[in-house]
Amino acid sequence: MSDIRTIRFTLNGTKVSKVVEAHETVVDVLTRKFDLSGTRESCRQGLCGCCTIYVDSNPVSSCLMLAWFLDGTDVRTIEGLADGDTLDPVQEAFIEAGAFQCGFCTSGFIMMVKHLLSENPDPSDEEIRHRLAGNLCRCSAYPEIMDAVKIAAAKARSVAKARP
Amino acid sequence: MKPPVFSYHDPRSLAEAVSLLGRLENAKVLAGGQSLMPMLNMRYVLPDHVVDLGRVEGLAYIRDDGEAVVVGAMTRQRDIEFSPLVKEKLPLLAEAILSTGHRQTRNRGTIGGSLCHLDPSAEQVTVAAALDATLTIEGPRGRRTMPFAEFPVAFMTPNIEPDELLVEIRLPAWPKGHGYGFVEFARRHGDFAIASAAALLQVDGSGKIARASLTLGGVDTAPLRMTEAEELMVGQVPDEGLFRAAGEICGRIEAMDDALVPASYRRKLAAVMSRRALVLAQGRVERP
Repeated sequence: MSDIRTIRFTLNGTKVSKVVEAHETVVDVLTRKFDLSGTRESCRQGLCGCCTIYVDSNPVSSCLMLAWFLDGTDVRTIEGLADGDTLDPVQEAFIEAGAFQCGFCTSGFIMMVKHLLSENPDPSDEEIRHRLAGNLCRCSAYPEIMDAVKIAAAKARSVAKARP
Repeated sequence: MKPPVFSYHDPRSLAEAVSLLGRLENAKVLAGGQSLMPMLNMRYVLPDHVVDLGRVEGLAYIRDDGEAVVVGAMTRQRDIEFSPLVKEKLPLLAEAILSTGHRQTRNRGTIGGSLCHLDPSAEQVTVAAALDATLTIEGPRGRRTMPFAEFPVAFMTPNIEPDELLVEIRLPAWPKGHGYGFVEFARRHGDFAIASAAALLQVDGSGKIARASLTLGGVDTAPLRMTEAEELMVGQVPDEGLFRAAGEICGRIEAMDDALVPASYRRKLAAVMSRRALVLAQGRVERP
């Protein structure tokens, strides 16, 4: 027998509610019930990082969370990063560095990089590698991803400097 | 794959959680879900009921009780990672937690969940053995405490009844200035270790080892305290030769054998990892 409940949470700044079943995972609900396909389902074991989202500002693997856990939380997905047509500096940096081939892992990487830079605006190579250890790129665009992190960090620092 | 269909319960109190576990057939406890959710996704487990402890009050804390650090079972690995108290009093745990999964999974995963899942290569399991942790378990028959050494009964099988819950872990702190080292060999950073070693060393005023703890993870069905190697080291002046001898003892264990990793390879790793952990620990000893 399945349990059904209505969950209410904030999704990319908008208050939403949805009827979900107990066994549904967050990534399934985001992709199927909210049509947000940027969060990718891949390994379903918390190994690959493709489904990384923020729940209450913390990055988590959305394949390892039941949708019911979202009740009352603040959720941000890759779709919530851009401001209208203006991409987030991290998104721009990934394009500038060409930090992908197939792009399947990219949204997870961008979410993780953005979170890293919010805590540490000037990370060392080692700090970048440690933080991105939970994200896999099967095309192996790692050197370009490292470049993208540095471009994004430089962008963020110059924006911070320009502020009065 | 997708998780199977189950009924979900989110008790608000420990009493309610224990009562649910006593009543429900084929129930699984969900702590942080970073092992149970993959098992549900892969359908390795097919519970009729999932009891989520996420909303039970009062199970997440890190407290100083003087001689030990007391950690609530639902404490997230992230909170352990960023705890100044853990860094100060349990530097071995602070080091090992960085190899536990990734930032994404540490934001959800709990110490109690990891200990009850009892994967022999899990870092928190190895550290609990290394520090001689004491567990507090609550059930319908009341509370009981158990030394961690009595907790594993078989491969991934903890000494806990289906209607009981692990609620607290007491991790004794070693004296200030002790040496510590956690090293592991995994195919990728964050993966479960093929072999890991946790070392703790206390050196007395004359430069001799007063107390030693050496634990291997990932090589057997449960973490292995290498008491023979510990006894060899106590009373000796620490040096490369002594640590090599301790490593050789670790290289003679009866290791697990599986399709991917033969026992002989695990034994070689056990010898190397234990030596490295001891060298690391020795380098961090602050002489009294």
